[in-house]
Amino acid sequence: MNKVMPRPTAHDDEQLVAWLRRGEVDALAMLVDRHSSTMIRVALAYVPTRAAAEEVVQETWIAVMRGIDGFEGRASFKTWAFRILTNLAMRAGARERRSVPFSALAEAEETGQPSVDPDRFLPADHSLFPGHWTTMPTHWPAPEAGLLAGETREMIAATIAALPPAQRTVIALRDVEGWSSDEVSEALEISAGNQRVLLHRARSKVRNAIEAYYGAVEEIDYQAVTGERMADTGKRDPR
Amino acid sequence: MTDQHLPTPANELACNEAVEIMTDYLEGALSKRDAKRLERHAETCPGCTEYLEQMRTIAASLGGLTDESLSPEMRDRLLAAFRHPGAAP
Repeated sequence: MNKVMPRPTAHDDEQLVAWLRRGEVDALAMLVDRHSSTMIRVALAYVPTRAAAEEVVQETWIAVMRGIDGFEGRASFKTWAFRILTNLAMRAGARERRSVPFSALAEAEETGQPSVDPDRFLPADHSLFPGHWTTMPTHWPAPEAGLLAGETREMIAATIAALPPAQRTVIALRDVEGWSSDEVSEALEISAGNQRVLLHRARSKVRNAIEAYYGAVEEIDYQAVTGERMADTGKRDPR
Repeated sequence: MTDQHLPTPANELACNEAVEIMTDYLEGALSKRDAKRLERHAETCPGCTEYLEQMRTIAASLGGLTDESLSPEMRDRLLAAFRHPGAAP
């Protein structure tokens, strides 16, 4: 049993799992480092505090260590581990009287509110341009290092932290951690459609916040445009 | 603003409808027909073109914004529990 084995380096989960089964602590360290950030984000959808989320993640890794020999690899390691996490997080949430399946959280956040302030558009009964921009988005000043340079980064992070839990979790997994839509839908047990609705709400709010930060909008002078057209038809300006 | 803002025929998208389907569009979840409608709208609407570009930028820019790693203490305790099974973490 004292065979020399190469140390695990940048391997995929399945290789690391094989190493873990042989008792390699480095394999566990790599799995923990790779997945704990996303695990904390998912746990935070169920429990109210960062400390409680870390507890859930710790419990999850203990359950993974105990159960790894029984893991048959029918689902991916990630799917399996996150199923354990969700169950433990739900149970912890129940202790905090907050046990709500993710799908119910998602539903509660689906208020049917528009993504952009309705005042930004002409009314639906406008005779020429119903629903068109009155205050148009304009180009953001582009810092060379992109959106995440300097103060903008903190502002965006604060905006995401303040989102309702289901929206926050989806945008964090999709856009911050880089998960695919299938992975997110599966881990959170929601439909692809619900996942997109939450992502849309979240990205829209981030967009609104960046726009407000840059003040990048332009008022459209419909008076000028409609005035001309009304003169053509002999009617009065409907505004 | 000139002829970019022509009156909207009833079957065409208005801006406030266009902004609500942009994530579906970027995710490739719109029907071909609806995707075309959105593209046609954006071609003549600088506001919606800009909005779509901003949504695309957001989708592509947030990677690594924040990191939620375990605290080092908790990580160490976990690894110790693995090395010495039986001892409580």
